[in-house]
Amino acid sequence: MRDTPLSFAERIGWGALGLAVLLGTWTLLTASGLVPRPFLPTPLDVLDRMIELMSAPFAGATLPQHLASSFERYAYGVLLAALIGVPLGLLMGWFRWLDDIVTPLFDGLRFIAPIAWVPFAALWFGTGIGGPVLIIFAGAFPPCLINAYRGARFVEPRLIEAARMLGTGNLRIILEILLPAATPSIVAGLRVAAGLGWQSLVGAELIVAAAGVGFMMVQAQANVATPTVMAGMVAIGIVGMVIDVALRQGEAWLRRRRGLEA
Amino acid sequence: MMGRKGLASLTSVAAALLLWFVVTTLTGLVSPGRFPSPAEFWQSLVQIATRGYAGAPLLAHAVQSLKLVLLGFAVAVATGVPLGLWMGWSRRAEAAINPVFLLIRPIPPLAWIPLAILWLGLGDAAKIMVIWFAAFVPSVINAFAGVRAIDRPMIEAARMLGTPRWRLVREVIAPAASPMIFTGLRLSLQASWTTLVAAELVGALLGIGFVLNVAQQDIYPGMILVGMVTVGLLGWATTWLLAMAEQRALAWNMAARD
Repeated sequence: MRDTPLSFAERIGWGALGLAVLLGTWTLLTASGLVPRPFLPTPLDVLDRMIELMSAPFAGATLPQHLASSFERYAYGVLLAALIGVPLGLLMGWFRWLDDIVTPLFDGLRFIAPIAWVPFAALWFGTGIGGPVLIIFAGAFPPCLINAYRGARFVEPRLIEAARMLGTGNLRIILEILLPAATPSIVAGLRVAAGLGWQSLVGAELIVAAAGVGFMMVQAQANVATPTVMAGMVAIGIVGMVIDVALRQGEAWLRRRRGLEA
Repeated sequence: MMGRKGLASLTSVAAALLLWFVVTTLTGLVSPGRFPSPAEFWQSLVQIATRGYAGAPLLAHAVQSLKLVLLGFAVAVATGVPLGLWMGWSRRAEAAINPVFLLIRPIPPLAWIPLAILWLGLGDAAKIMVIWFAAFVPSVINAFAGVRAIDRPMIEAARMLGTPRWRLVREVIAPAASPMIFTGLRLSLQASWTTLVAAELVGALLGIGFVLNVAQQDIYPGMILVGMVTVGLLGWATTWLLAMAEQRALAWNMAARD
């Protein structure tokens, strides 16, 4: 904005400076004894602990095992949200009466934070897999529904009119016109849903789970095992990032393919 | 006065309430141990409003939650928006801060809760810290994007006229970026509520999340529903207030769009 874009070397230099300031302050705070080490371990301590957790169990399982059970719930929750949200959104985009019925209820429910479903989730489905799945579902459902709905609503009207004129039935219009036309919007919604679902998962596991990374972190917190808490944070961050990158790749691939088709 | 849309909404909500009454009270299809009937909901509401529940009356819990959300939100906005503006303004600041952001951003705000409790205990400070983390990111990103989207000629014109730098920021950059900034604030506010409820569920002694927590342990569906409805209403009210503020602040912009 103020100056011409930075050169590659300048970008790297400033970026390295930023990271160095962050990691340097962090290390200095603990190494100097300003902050007691049990409360703020050094970055290396956290790394050590992560490597240790790869094989040594904490709260009943190793880190990969906790991650696996987290991921299983996560996959169920997001899948369920997509399987219900996308078709419902498409139908709402086509049938005006359904839109009229669902929208006011949906708008009302949307103000309740997904995490507030925790008590009912625990009451209805327990703390095994069902409870957390409901909360992940509550987090991931809105973007699935909204994006499918918007995608279907803003389809080129001429396409629909042409199909109508040719006597195409409702089901075929939805499957062969609305769905393909809404796909970019749906995919974008799924990506948002995946991110929100991962967030909700962490919240759910902090409160109503008996396994998983969130559970491991709460247990570590109770034991004042700060390196383990931070190792959990790093693991959650890495998995979240991998999910996001994978979905971005998928989105780009889809766009390329559609570009070729068009 | 009320259009077809309003009438349809009203009918839909009324039908849902009727259905609630039918499945819980008339037919007993849903057992009271699973979901409360309207009467139970009402009794729970009266109980917490008058005699109190989880150590305090509803008003005290609601005020506590509202206070923490507003404090955390205010701190996040006061730090996040200027940082975003600065990153949008200076390529160097962007280059230095972005990698730090990329490192921290993938960690969901809720994952900071155990660490916050470890550091600051179960009191208000831990919650404000977590809300700050959660609400900070959308504030920064949208302020940043808002500055980057400004037409360069507009800034250059102001510069050419010899506008001093702080006036440039106050009268050109900030207003031009403000629609995006408000988008960020809305997301920040939402994130604040989610995080607060989670933090209070994990550990608190007062607040709506704490009510939910106690009600869950007591297996008290009526009170759980009261807690959820309160969270929803508070979230709705604060979002509405923010929308009003946006309308006022951006009146010039809305007029230009029409």
